[in-house]
Amino acid sequence: MTAPLLEVRDLVKHYRAGSVLGGSRPIVRAVNGVSFQVAPGETLGLVGESGCGKSTVGRTILRLQEPTSGEVRFEGQDLFALDPQALRAARRRMQIVFQDPYSSLNPRLTIGASVAEGLEIHRLVPKHQIRDRVCQLLGEVGLDADMAERYPHEFSGGQRQRIGIARALAVEPAFLVCDEPVSALDVSVQAQILNLLADLQAARGLSYLFIAHDLAVVRQVARRIAVMYLGFIVEMGTTESVIGSPRHPYTRALLSAVPEPDPERQRTRIVLSGDPPSPTAVPAGCPFAPRCFHPAKDARCLSERPALRPAGDGVVACHHAEP
Amino acid sequence: MTLLTVTDLRVAFPGPNGRVVHPVDGVSFTMERGETLALVGESGCGKSLTSMALLRLVPPPGRITQGSGILLDGQDLLSLDERAMREVRGGRIGMVFQDPMTSLNPVLTVGDQVAETVRAHQRIAAAAAKARAIQLLGEVGIPEPAERYQAFPHQLSGGLRQRVMIAIALAGEPALLIADEPTTALDVTVQAQILELLERLRESHGMAVLLITHDLGVVAGRADRVAVMYAGQIVESAATDRLFRSPSHPYTQSLFASIPRIEGPVGRLAPIPGTVPAAHAWPAGCRFQPRCPRAEERCAVTPPIVTLAGGQTCRCWLAAPTP
Repeated sequence: MTAPLLEVRDLVKHYRAGSVLGGSRPIVRAVNGVSFQVAPGETLGLVGESGCGKSTVGRTILRLQEPTSGEVRFEGQDLFALDPQALRAARRRMQIVFQDPYSSLNPRLTIGASVAEGLEIHRLVPKHQIRDRVCQLLGEVGLDADMAERYPHEFSGGQRQRIGIARALAVEPAFLVCDEPVSALDVSVQAQILNLLADLQAARGLSYLFIAHDLAVVRQVARRIAVMYLGFIVEMGTTESVIGSPRHPYTRALLSAVPEPDPERQRTRIVLSGDPPSPTAVPAGCPFAPRCFHPAKDARCLSERPALRPAGDGVVACHHAEP
Repeated sequence: MTLLTVTDLRVAFPGPNGRVVHPVDGVSFTMERGETLALVGESGCGKSLTSMALLRLVPPPGRITQGSGILLDGQDLLSLDERAMREVRGGRIGMVFQDPMTSLNPVLTVGDQVAETVRAHQRIAAAAAKARAIQLLGEVGIPEPAERYQAFPHQLSGGLRQRVMIAIALAGEPALLIADEPTTALDVTVQAQILELLERLRESHGMAVLLITHDLGVVAGRADRVAVMYAGQIVESAATDRLFRSPSHPYTQSLFASIPRIEGPVGRLAPIPGTVPAAHAWPAGCRFQPRCPRAEERCAVTPPIVTLAGGQTCRCWLAAPTP
């Protein structure tokens, strides 16, 4: 295997919950020792429900949030050891596309100015070439060059997401964190953005960490998938393996809950009881044990946290999963 | 037996430059007792406004125009005075909305909110209303309903709050339940629970359910019939199996082609080009024509509503018999 572009080792992020009224502020254990790699040109899908820590992973990798512990190496550099100047240089190579194209653009900047910001900050092109470069970037994401003078409110959600992507691409990154990039969009537009991301990856050799709650969307874009639950990766492997023959009971439940738009292909539904638990109260044993339906579930599941071990072409953290 | 007959429903709003726009523009459908009808479409298609109009809750300055008809059990809802209409809301028609956090009163216990609705529709003593409320909370699957009666909305998870909303909707023993994106704000495993619950309640209470959703996956296997909306109009309606097996309208066909699937081969998605136009910019003739892959010259003229085999209807020239 070629050297990974990004390597995350034992990433942990805990923080104190905010409290407006004072009172107790429990520790939120958002990410509890997550490790994975992303190869150049590859897409890793990071999947889970709200509160599972998937977005925190993405933000911590970019040091938009400081980690509690762990290590992230990007293009060979230890990101958490970088001084501010070196971090700024590294960040040019790693960018993020946010979920909500409505709140992630400055409403008082024309979209041309928004896209140009990164070029100016990193002094990537001479001043007189910025305009041309912005037009070229807008073209690359499927927008007209004459839209550069307009403001975000004049654009639809799908167009704003294209602007967000152009803004990320401006600084020539090698790696994009895509944090739920299509979940706020209508299905007809969602497909446009997924195709655009695929085209850009092919043209520029980009790597993506694609964070989403929708397994069908992730299957469309990712070569490998990591499934998160309560701050842990519970299963990781190739897309065929994780979706075709899921080994962790949570992955199986998540898959069976995906609404499939085909009445003849309704699979057996596993309906989990209860809600995803709070990251302020992570169980001592297997994080999924309280909701687990596995027939072999036993006392060990409640007391001993299962480690990731090889299964199929990937890894799974379950005492009772078949290898 | 027919429960609801909607004919030529039209909602008018003041538009730009003193014009009047119709975000709901000539919607007609019927619902049988105990039936689930899904109203499907992307944002801005008018599906939610249609449901608000059924309850006569169109926000001002919008209004339902002359010539629209809404018959519930043969009674003309549009001719009722406001007081009689209040009896219908939460009485014969129950409502569940997308976001349970904003629909519940944050300073009342959830039990009191259910009991309040019970007493609004039945002459019944406070103690009996409380007992009925506890019974309803149990029926919607809230564990320990007597204890949870005292909980405030913020103390419950999103899934439990949505169950409380459903209990409130059931309190008036409705013949029709309108569920507007009831699971959109919920995690996928919780979504599965709520959809199962709605299905179970529909059977045990003999209610008809009008399920409003953007997600064709939610519809499959849940609804008896589907009506697809685009730009303020129903463009296709059919029994669910038939719609999924042989969608007839190019918009419905394009929607299916743009959805990533969890099974089958992964191919490039076929997005619908462009975006859903706003109500003041709907084109003359067929409203889907500018985005339609099969548009022809005659599509500039308003298409007929064609009835196909099995009662499937399609608002498209291509479905019309060739002259």
